[in-house]
Amino acid sequence: MNPSVHQISREIDARGSFCPGPLMELIRALKGATIGDTVAVLSGDPGSATDIPAWVRKARHELLGVEEPGESVKRFVVRKSR
Amino acid sequence: MKSGNGSGQEKFALIVENGTVDKLMAASILAAGAAAMGKEVLVFLTFGGLMAFRKGAMNAPMVLPNEFQGMEQHLAKIMREKNVPHWLQNFQQAKEVGEVKVLACGATMDMFDLKRDDLEPIVEDVVGVARFIEVTEGAQILFI
Repeated sequence: MNPSVHQISREIDARGSFCPGPLMELIRALKGATIGDTVAVLSGDPGSATDIPAWVRKARHELLGVEEPGESVKRFVVRKSR
Repeated sequence: MKSGNGSGQEKFALIVENGTVDKLMAASILAAGAAAMGKEVLVFLTFGGLMAFRKGAMNAPMVLPNEFQGMEQHLAKIMREKNVPHWLQNFQQAKEVGEVKVLACGATMDMFDLKRDDLEPIVEDVVGVARFIEVTEGAQILFI
C-alpha cells in the first residue's frame, strides 16, 4: 500500500469497518488528538467517501487530502484545526 | 433538554415505533450521523421500538419484517461477515460523538407494564406526547 504524501501523526485502519464505522473512528481519534495533529483513516466503505468530507466541513477541521493507496481503499488525511 | 430555540443548535428527532432490525439499524445510523454532524438528537421510542430496548437487547433475537421472514440466519451471517455493528452499539456510539437523548413513550410503558429498570440504561427518561412535542419544537422529525 502506498504511503501518504502528508506527515501523519496517527493512521487508523478502518477497512472492514461497516458504516458509519470509519467516520466514528475518525471522530474518536480526533477527540484524542492535539490541535495541529494529522490523523489518517483508511476506509473501504463507499459511504465514507462522502461522509468524512461532510463531517470535516461541519466540524471545521481541515481535509488535507484523499488518497488511493491501494485498490478500493481510500485514505482520508485530516488535520485537527480546533 | 431545552424547549424553545435558545441554544441555536439544530434538532433532529426520530420516532422509533418499530422493532424490526432493519428499522432499528436505520434509526441507529441516522442518530449516529446526525449526532456526528452536530445536531441535537432526540430519539423517542414507542411501541415495538421501545420493546426492542428492554434489557438484554444485544442478545435478543433479530426480528425481521414479513418479506424477510425465514432469512434470520442468512442475515446474521452476512452481518457477521461484514462486521455490521449491533444497532444498540450504533446508538451508544452516537452518544459518544454528539448530543443524543433516548426517551421512552409513557403510554407504551403503561400498556406493557414496563418500568425504567426493565429498559437498557441508554434510555434516559420517560415522557408523554406533549413533552415530546415541546422538546422537538423546531426539529426535523422522522417517523421510523
